[in-house]
Amino acid sequence: MSQPEQTFDITLNVNGVSRAVTVPSRLLLSDALRHELGLTGTHVGCEHGVCGACTVLVDGKPMRSCLMLAVSAQRHEITTVEGLADEDGRLGAVQQGFRECHGLQCGFCTPGFLTTVSAFLKENPHPTREEAVEAVTGNLCRCTGYHNIVESVLRAAEITEERAATAGTTQTKDTSR
Amino acid sequence: MKPAPFTLHVPTTLDEALDALADTGQDAKVLAGGQSLIPLLNMRLASPRHLVDVNGVGGLGRIDAGPAGVRVGALARHADVEHHRGAAAVLPLLAQALRLVAHPVIRNRGTTVGSLAHADPSGEMTAVLSLLGGEMELARKGGARTVPAADFFRGPLESCIEPGELAVSAWFPALPAHTGTAFREVARRHGDYAMCGVAAAVTLDGDGRVARARTSYISMSATPLVLDLTDAVIGQLSDAADWDAAAQLSADGLDPEPDIHATAEYRRHLGIVLTRQALGEAALAAASAGRSVPSLEPTP
Repeated sequence: MSQPEQTFDITLNVNGVSRAVTVPSRLLLSDALRHELGLTGTHVGCEHGVCGACTVLVDGKPMRSCLMLAVSAQRHEITTVEGLADEDGRLGAVQQGFRECHGLQCGFCTPGFLTTVSAFLKENPHPTREEAVEAVTGNLCRCTGYHNIVESVLRAAEITEERAATAGTTQTKDTSR
Repeated sequence: MKPAPFTLHVPTTLDEALDALADTGQDAKVLAGGQSLIPLLNMRLASPRHLVDVNGVGGLGRIDAGPAGVRVGALARHADVEHHRGAAAVLPLLAQALRLVAHPVIRNRGTTVGSLAHADPSGEMTAVLSLLGGEMELARKGGARTVPAADFFRGPLESCIEPGELAVSAWFPALPAHTGTAFREVARRHGDYAMCGVAAAVTLDGDGRVARARTSYISMSATPLVLDLTDAVIGQLSDAADWDAAAQLSADGLDPEPDIHATAEYRRHLGIVLTRQALGEAALAAASAGRSVPSLEPTP
C-alpha cells in the first residue's frame, strides 16, 4: 500500500471496562482483544469461524471474534473469558463446572466453550444431556472427546442453581438490614 | 490469515450506504453479518478495496410478519428470524430451515439476507426463498428494484446484485391454507455444509387429499432447484399418499455434481431419500395445520 493504512479511533467496552484504542480498519476483534487490550484469554484457532475457540459474548450473545472487525464491536458490551469470574474473583459457575468435571485437557479450546456455555445456560438453565451436546456442537476440542465437557455443562447448570439459591438467602439477609 | 487492507465505510443511514456503494462500485463489498465474507477476507480469497459496513444503518433489521408473508431486513440475524414468533406462525419453514444453518453462534451474527446475497448453492435459505417464490428487494443510489428468486440466483456464489446495489430485504410469501412444510438435510458433521438438503411444501384440499407437492434442493445444483412432484400424488389422501413415487419422480430432476464430500450417485440417492422424508413430514404438518388455524401473535 502506498498510502498509510486507514485507522479508526474506537472505544471498546470489554468486561465492563471502556478502553480507547486506535485500530486499523481490518483488525479483527479477536486480535484487538489480544494485542491491543492484552486479553489473551480469547484464543485464536482457525480464524474462519469453525473451531469456536475465539467465541466471546457480544451483548450477551456468543459470537466469533475472528469473524468480526474490531470497529464493528463499538457500542457493544463484549465479555471475554476474563469476564466470566464472579465479582469476588471466585470462578464463575461454568468455569467451576469445567474444573470439577475435568472438562479440559490442554485448555486451548476452553475459553470458547466457557463463553458459549455461559450464554447457553442463561437461555436454558436446565438442559437435558442432548441439549448440552447440541449447545457445544459449534466448538471443537481435540483432547477430551467431549464426554467431560458435556458433564461440565450439566454440572455448571447445577452450580448456577446452587449459587442462585445461596445468593437468594444472602439477598434476603441484605434487604432485612 | 488476516484480511488485506481495505478502506472501511461506516454509514449510519441507507442513503449514506448507497452513496458509499455508488462511489466505490465493483471495488466494494457489503459487510453485514460477515460470517461468510470475513472468512473469505481472512483467507484472502477475497480482497476488496472497500468494505461498506451496514451494521450501523438504522431500520435494516426489521422483521415484518403478516398474513401475506414475512419480510426480513438486511440486518436481521438468522437467530432473530429463527425465534420470531410472528414469522413462525406465518411460515414455519423459516425456522425449520434456519435451525440447520451453521451453528447457533454463527446464526447470532450472520444475516438471512446476507446468506441469500452470498448465493451459496448449499445455503439453506436459498432453497426456502426459491420454494416459496420469494423476492429480493435491491436498492441503489436513486433507485430500487425487486427481483424474483428465480432470477436472483445466477450461479454458485453469484447473484444478480450489481455493483452499487444493496440487498435491503427478502420477501418470503406465505403458503396457501392447509399447507405443511419440512426441511431435511444430511451433512458429514453437525452444522456443516449439507451434502444434500430438501425443503418440501405439501398443500391439501378440503378433503385432506394432496393438491400440490413441491420440493427445492441445496447442494444439488449451481442454483436452487425447485421441483413440482404433484403429478405423483395428486388426489391421494395425505396419510396414504405414495411418497415413494414422488421421490422417484424427483430423481429425474436431480443431476448433482460429485465433489470431495460425496459422489454424484450418493448425492442423488440422498436427494431421493430426503425427498420422501421431507414430503411425508410436510404432509403430516399440512394435515395438522388443517385442524387449527395458526394464530398471529403480535410481533415484538
